[in-house]
Amino acid sequence: MSMNTQGRPTGVEGVETQPGQFESFSGHVGLRLAEPLIFELGSTDTTGVDVPEVEDFDMCLGGLERKSEIGCPGLSEPDTVRHYTRLSRRNYGIDMGVFPLGSCTMKHNPRLNEKMARLPGFGDIHPLQPQSTVQGALGLIDELATWLMTLTGMPAVAMSPKAGAHGELCGVMAIRAALEARGDAREIVLCPESAHGTNPATAAFCGYKVKSIPAKENGRVDIEALKAALDDTVAAVMITNPNTCGLFETEIREIADEIHKAGAFFYADGANFNAIVGKARPGDLGVDAMHINLHKTFSTPHGGGGPGSGPVVFSDALKDFAPVPYVVKDAEGFHLVENKEGKSFGRMVAFHGQMGMYVRALSYMLSHGSDGLKQASEDAVLNANYVLASLKDVMTPSFDGPCMHEALFDDRFLKDTGVTTLDFAKAMIDEGYHPMTMYFPLVVHGAMLIEPTESESKANMDQFIRSMRGLAAAAKAGEVARFEGAPYHAPWKRLDETQAARKPVLRWEAGE
Amino acid sequence: MLKFTEDHEWLDIEDGIATVGITDYAQKALGDVVFVELPEVGATYSKGDEAAVVESVKAASEVYAPISGEITAVNTALEGEPALVNSAAMDQGWFFKMKVEDEGELDELMDETAYADFVAGLE
Amino acid sequence: MRYLPLTGADREAMLAKIGVRHVDDLFKDVPSDVLNPTIDLPRHKSELEVERYLSRLAAKNTVAGTVPFFVGAGAYKHHVPATVDHMIQRGEFLTAYTPYQPEIAQGTLQYIFEFQTQVAQLTGMDVANASMYDGSTATAEAVLMARRVTRKKKAVLAGSLHAHYKAVVETTTQYTDDEIVCLTPMPADPEAELQAAIDAIDDATSCVVVQNPGVFGHVLDLTKVAEAAHAKKALLIVVVTEVMSLGLIKSPGEMGADIVVGEGQSIGNGLNFGGPYLGLFATNDKLVRQMPGRLCGETVDADGKRGFVLTLSTREQHIRREKATSNICTNSGLCALAFTIHMTLLGEAGLRGVAKANHKAAYDLKAAMASVPGVEVLNQTFFNEITLKLPVAARAVVDTLADRGILAGVPASRLYPGEGLDDILIMAATETVTADDIQALAAALKEAF
Repeated sequence: MSMNTQGRPTGVEGVETQPGQFESFSGHVGLRLAEPLIFELGSTDTTGVDVPEVEDFDMCLGGLERKSEIGCPGLSEPDTVRHYTRLSRRNYGIDMGVFPLGSCTMKHNPRLNEKMARLPGFGDIHPLQPQSTVQGALGLIDELATWLMTLTGMPAVAMSPKAGAHGELCGVMAIRAALEARGDAREIVLCPESAHGTNPATAAFCGYKVKSIPAKENGRVDIEALKAALDDTVAAVMITNPNTCGLFETEIREIADEIHKAGAFFYADGANFNAIVGKARPGDLGVDAMHINLHKTFSTPHGGGGPGSGPVVFSDALKDFAPVPYVVKDAEGFHLVENKEGKSFGRMVAFHGQMGMYVRALSYMLSHGSDGLKQASEDAVLNANYVLASLKDVMTPSFDGPCMHEALFDDRFLKDTGVTTLDFAKAMIDEGYHPMTMYFPLVVHGAMLIEPTESESKANMDQFIRSMRGLAAAAKAGEVARFEGAPYHAPWKRLDETQAARKPVLRWEAGE
Repeated sequence: MLKFTEDHEWLDIEDGIATVGITDYAQKALGDVVFVELPEVGATYSKGDEAAVVESVKAASEVYAPISGEITAVNTALEGEPALVNSAAMDQGWFFKMKVEDEGELDELMDETAYADFVAGLE
Repeated sequence: MRYLPLTGADREAMLAKIGVRHVDDLFKDVPSDVLNPTIDLPRHKSELEVERYLSRLAAKNTVAGTVPFFVGAGAYKHHVPATVDHMIQRGEFLTAYTPYQPEIAQGTLQYIFEFQTQVAQLTGMDVANASMYDGSTATAEAVLMARRVTRKKKAVLAGSLHAHYKAVVETTTQYTDDEIVCLTPMPADPEAELQAAIDAIDDATSCVVVQNPGVFGHVLDLTKVAEAAHAKKALLIVVVTEVMSLGLIKSPGEMGADIVVGEGQSIGNGLNFGGPYLGLFATNDKLVRQMPGRLCGETVDADGKRGFVLTLSTREQHIRREKATSNICTNSGLCALAFTIHMTLLGEAGLRGVAKANHKAAYDLKAAMASVPGVEVLNQTFFNEITLKLPVAARAVVDTLADRGILAGVPASRLYPGEGLDDILIMAATETVTADDIQALAAALKEAF
């Protein structure tokens, strides 16, 4: 035989495994590619598009041509792709691993949703086209509305709010409109201490004073305190259910009855609806209004901070006050009511809301079906309880189980270790995980809120649990160094937020 | 004359004018102060009104008028250097000065020893 | 159920570990009589079935890119390079959360910083936020901010502010004691309309809100509105619904704006039947602490390496709760990324070129429309949108042309019912409009009345 010994070596013998303490000449470190700002890369006369050739003509701008430099640099198409690809690699996403961010519901974002939203029949239609040319789009909105109403057991839904907080605003405005319509000027909105910050912010936005109601030892609303606070000055009570401690409000119907007895409305923050879709309907629990975060419960992507979508379901008492626009169906097909009529409290957005998110949410719902949606809720709750059961001996759960879709721990297990909740969370980054939600809800000390979602397999969960147990043991063993400077292996070390806030630099300036 | 409130503010009263700031205990609890929103000179507050806001990276806290009266001066140095609240809470980090309208209100405040006891009781 | 990885055996093992027999034992806090309701909805579908079903719905709509298309009035059809949509679908962008953990979110934070800078440059302002829901909600936020800054309550909305934006401002402020003065649209006399706004400014005025180009397409010099507003210690809020226009028209900052808000959809984002879009929000340095929404700022990490963080967050709801500047929680992250990538591809040179092509298309459209008997073009000035006065009701004409496969524009009466604008038609022509499209439109219009 002939022996050809040429070619590259494939073994690892003799390869140095300890990294040398040298700096690269490029500024890159292996796959960690340094990437400056576009303002430091491009120039204002570079462009990555084919600029249309336009012959000269008499411009009709009333002498208001933009003569001064704008300053926006351009990059060629290859450089643009490379720039944003490099940036993307500095991010953690659901696609990369477990993302146990409690309250935020980081579930898998199916790519079918993306494909459907980009069908030209949905993506390339204008909101002000004649309605006869968008019957399929109006039909889709109507169909999604039907799914939302059926899943919540509520008789109406306002589709247009752009996000959860916007939905809250929609709900509280409808409540205020309903109260004013009956000549009932009320001043106060009650929120539990554990509420999302948006709840009091929303109530204040609608002109209400906010009063806090305390929680009981078991993490639920103190119904006696609620009763004491309820009188004819209370417009609404805003309650998240399951609540921000990941617990179902066991006395929810009694709470609803008390609210209604006082002539007030029950606003449910639907941020955690994902725990009970297909399992229980808010309409059966006495809810008057509830927003639904399509980006949480129905898998539309979080996109690094939006866009969201926050439709609001209404009870009979509130449905006439819903904002425009809304879709109605008659013999000729679907049409939009676009201008305020009747008791509607007005308009919350230009056009009709987050169509792109509607398509994604409906794509998800159709895929799961009524059976799959229920299974998803069950799996989400199962996964959270599995985490709770697997960590309760080494971390300190704030409440006895079972929990719903998220498990809440506090920092008692870190007492006297010198490790804080923040340190613990940052050490999770070195483990390859996104930290859990920390310091929220405010009702327990050093809160750590873990929401695995239904998207995680048992194998993923087991690996995550091993990692968390390891960290808890390391903290108790006094390995403070593992935590106090963490993350050590992220692309960036801890960032100086004090400097950022004291001397804000909010844009790039030439000559920096 | 140095006085203190339960909201961790200090007042240094001299010739009918009170210089107001937050205590060392307060600045430590807040952490790195990044911004101070000061009242307008000439504005009048009743005791307990929100007169200023002090912000750290993660929190914003109201500073209440510890007594009633008119604002006669504000510490504009804090606008450029909020860190003074951390480094010199009890002197250069003062917030505002106000006229003492009602001497009687001063009697309700704590002196240095009482405040020290008050803080000790919190820990 | 392809999105659910747990197997039956997994579930059994996990229930055993938890120490319960059935998953419903975990739902024991839910009142038993409401647990597991009958849900009258279809069962799960395969990917193929869902695709088929939704494709059929989509096929019922007339796609803008397939017909002569002149619809604008707040949302515009532009060509978005393929690179944009590809890049925003990278999982690290698409499936990331709000960048609260900056060590593992520098990708998002850096593009937000780039976005903020681009928006500030485009609008001619000092600083911009990380985006809002859309142009209309950004406008309402600007009015509320003007009130915080000036401590005055009266907002003047100029006549040619988009009707939906007016409605959003009115709705948003209806439970505060703000006074909103909504002026009448005057498509034929933009100067008189602007003068009416100036005349409405008094000592109680917090802000005057003017859209440029106006909803009827007129391009206006706002310098004298700025002067009038500032003389009364009020703010000038300039609304830009067609952000592409900033490539050709003097910036609002150069005309004296204190706050610039806008709809950013035109750059990087498709029509999407009205959303998701992105609100732009820019202002001057001295007002930044009154600005709503997320902000990203530059800092360093523990090694001294430049990095970015969300900052000044004490203004926001999750810290300030009922004292927040706004209840806004999300921005339009991914839409802002699309905007930034498209802007980076364009650069100043590309933006100016595309903007000029828009203006030329509208110039050609105007000439063609002026040749249609009975049609009066109401614009002396315009960017990519013009307004026609027709001899008949515009709505009927638009419907007739739609039946012939031409989407001719927006009847003003759809936006402003009951304002006597039945014969007014608003038409946009962007770089996507061809000479053939314009010819087809003119020919059809000649037969429409």
